[in-house]
Amino acid sequence: MDEALILRGGLIVAALAAATMLTRFLPFILFPQGKKIPDYVEYLGKTLPYATIGLLVVYCLKDVDVWSGSHGLPEIIAVAVIVVLHWWKGNSLLSIGAGTVLYMALVQAVFV
Amino acid sequence: MDKEKAAALRYAFPKTVPVMVGYLFLGAAYGILMKVNGFGIWWVLAMSGLVYAGSLQYVGVTLLASMVSPVYGFLMGLMINARHLFYGISMLGRYRGLKKFRNYLIFALTDETFSVVCGERVPLRLDKEWVYLWISLLNQLYWVAGSVGGNIMGGFMNFDTKGLDFALTALFVVIFTDQWKSQKDHRPALVGVFCSVVCVKVWGAGAFIIPAMAGILVILSVWYKGKKKGVKSFG
Repeated sequence: MDEALILRGGLIVAALAAATMLTRFLPFILFPQGKKIPDYVEYLGKTLPYATIGLLVVYCLKDVDVWSGSHGLPEIIAVAVIVVLHWWKGNSLLSIGAGTVLYMALVQAVFV
Repeated sequence: MDKEKAAALRYAFPKTVPVMVGYLFLGAAYGILMKVNGFGIWWVLAMSGLVYAGSLQYVGVTLLASMVSPVYGFLMGLMINARHLFYGISMLGRYRGLKKFRNYLIFALTDETFSVVCGERVPLRLDKEWVYLWISLLNQLYWVAGSVGGNIMGGFMNFDTKGLDFALTALFVVIFTDQWKSQKDHRPALVGVFCSVVCVKVWGAGAFIIPAMAGILVILSVWYKGKKKGVKSFG
């Protein structure tokens, strides 16, 4: 890797670290001991995490094209299996492991 | 190690075992992905040591592989980790008064560490600050060990890793399912999916995140206003 790329990559790592620390420290900076948390912030605290995970699921699947190629079938099958397995067993590791292996088998052997 | 610290460690370790299994596995998958994309052990150490945020690190593989602008990386980091704001708000009472390790404890507040610590009732005989430190530190050690191990293994492996990055999708689908089961009100989750799908259609896969996040905030805020008005007119 040449120096310019290492520098650029280092800046990306620093940016990700700074963004993460900001999200983790901000509440403690904004609401020091004894200060009341506004209702609106508390409301966002109860709703935003759920919306964000929905967004992240879509983020992961954003490049799936149902109109061409494998028509998104490997993704649809794997996501369905993960949801059913997780609803039933509630074991995160099992759901993630089985879902990933199934997906890998589908894209490597079935929908090639 | 003196007695007090050892006692805190003995108490903390069993609590971290489920996280250990998950972090070694997900960390290894992350390390392999980094290797496959041409990033070796120092990159993995920097990411797992300094960023230490699972979902962002996974997304970070793509960000690094395409060498995006650091500003874009920063915004992406803020959005993906915005949920930490709310972990922080829930932990205010617990962490605000701490002295010794407060900054590290806040730095290391990942989803999994939060899930272990937020329900924790440390027995009075133990120093709770040491218990929190052991839980947080052990978890980060698992994550670093998993990701470095995976990165080294990735150099020797000759199996086809195509589709391995689906582990990230699987992780989010699992969290989504857990949240769905634990909540009565599914509207926030549905708003997240709905806004994102609409924005992918309108702005395309490469540029949907910022409008989607804005849309989510607007809809949630409108509901909040509506709820407030409703309460006022009844009260």
